[in-house]
Amino acid sequence: MPFKFTEDFKARAEKICAKYPRRDAALIPLLHEMQKEAGYVAEEGMDALALLLGLPYSRVKAVVTFYTMFNREPVGKYHLQVCRNISCHMAGAEGLLTRLRSRLGIAEGETTKDGLFTLSAVECLGACGSAPVMQVNEKYFENLNDEKLDALLEDMKHGRVQR
Amino acid sequence: MENILLKDNVAEIEAYFAAGGYKPLKKALGLKPAEVIEEVKKSNLRGRGGAGFPCGLKWSFIPKDAEGPRYLVCNADEGEPGTFKDRELILKNPHALIEGMAIAGYAIGAGHGYIYIRGEFAEETELLQRSISAARAKGFLGKNILGSGFNFEIFTHRGAGAYICGEETALLESLEGFKGQPRLKPPFPAIKGLFGSPTVINNVETLAAVPAIIANGGDWYAAIGNGKSAGTKLFCVSGPVNKPGVFELPLGVSFRELLEKSCGGLKPGKILKAVIPGGSSTPVLTADEAMAVKLDYESLAAAGSMLGSGAVIVIDESQCMVKLLQVLAHFYHHESCGQCTPCREGCGWIERIMNRFEEGRADRKDIDTLYSVADGMLGRTICPLADAMAMPVMSFIKKFRAEFEAHADGKTCAKK
Repeated sequence: MPFKFTEDFKARAEKICAKYPRRDAALIPLLHEMQKEAGYVAEEGMDALALLLGLPYSRVKAVVTFYTMFNREPVGKYHLQVCRNISCHMAGAEGLLTRLRSRLGIAEGETTKDGLFTLSAVECLGACGSAPVMQVNEKYFENLNDEKLDALLEDMKHGRVQR
Repeated sequence: MENILLKDNVAEIEAYFAAGGYKPLKKALGLKPAEVIEEVKKSNLRGRGGAGFPCGLKWSFIPKDAEGPRYLVCNADEGEPGTFKDRELILKNPHALIEGMAIAGYAIGAGHGYIYIRGEFAEETELLQRSISAARAKGFLGKNILGSGFNFEIFTHRGAGAYICGEETALLESLEGFKGQPRLKPPFPAIKGLFGSPTVINNVETLAAVPAIIANGGDWYAAIGNGKSAGTKLFCVSGPVNKPGVFELPLGVSFRELLEKSCGGLKPGKILKAVIPGGSSTPVLTADEAMAVKLDYESLAAAGSMLGSGAVIVIDESQCMVKLLQVLAHFYHHESCGQCTPCREGCGWIERIMNRFEEGRADRKDIDTLYSVADGMLGRTICPLADAMAMPVMSFIKKFRAEFEAHADGKTCAKK
């Protein structure tokens, strides 16, 4: 099915483009908007966005693949992103990752069969004073330990954490 | 002394205004732009993002006779491991940043300012947008600000997960909608920056200090701190201390005071082993070196390290330095933009050698190989990311060589 932007998206896109003297500067903000709607940036979406901004497809693809925040395939309802960098490492990030792998039965980069969770190890999230830290979709969960992690997983399984 | 930047209960514009906020903007608009720059020069305010370049001097590089637009860009791409001060500053005192940007914009003759904020900071971006709207509604941003004839708009722009975009020219590339690959300098951004126009790029903490400097005068600010390291600095402390967090202290404060007074010392049973004083890129200090050092640009340089972003990473005896370096090597390899060969290949080599150490496949020769790869990267690339990998490698080996040797000899990590 060909990818089509909604009228609402196009109107928002024009507003975002107006923040810059050149339309192509809106590329990254618009990719964020697309990901907000679909949870990821589809291949056909990149093509459509290239047309919308008057850019070659290769430019859009290059940007999408350069930045780590853009998902190129669907992710689970909850995208668990565990910081693995130095301060979180010292505070037990590896243990959290091991626990998540075994509780969810998936490795990093994978999604549970029910589509609920995707697990990722990420680089410094800029919240080192409250390490270890995990970002779930756009929200930070800080000062984590095994108990807090288990409680959070239960809450997410029962839909008690806002997506 | 009273905090200049980290204040409680000023996040809302009414409270900020009641505490004297936006009066400095009014004062600045009554001065000539050159007079504003002069005051900031007098203050000795230096870049708080890591490089420590004098702020007023940077502003003065914008050509006086340049035609066309000029831009102000705030670097809020806080990504140096260990650093979490800009997030705290934005959440607690967003209007200090907005007011600082308006004053800076006036000083350099910019009509537009962009806040480039790391993509993960969604909540912080929303707060900034609300704060910008509030400032605009009160006439502190927008057209003809406070009747002065000066027009200035601020936009937020989210990054999308790339450490390299904290480097100012990579940031500009990213802001223009490209991959974040650093530009060759010259031309410097002051001549040819964002969208090809003269541009000043300042860190959040630098810009947020400007209103207080205009309010109280450059001499007042210059008198705080330690000589050429003027003013207060946000120190972000992570690691096994009783009270990790962000602390605003005059530059020149001793590490000992930061650790013992502000952070309440190490957690029970922990023994200090090492300190990375300015973010993961800066050379590591041993416990003895750290306990004797003052935290400012000159003192840390004299101790063989750097103030960097003020990210103080405390490491205790239970940590394995080889493992920590492997964590950092993975990070820099992941974040190298791939543009320059010494960095792209060097970071990869270093990570693979570090993996050998951790997996018990390394021998003593690998220590020298590691060091020489790092040495071969230093100063040979467009941007300092290669140096940011090389400096921890070289300092970890110099100061903790025995741990690398133990890994090579015993083929296992001694601390496991």
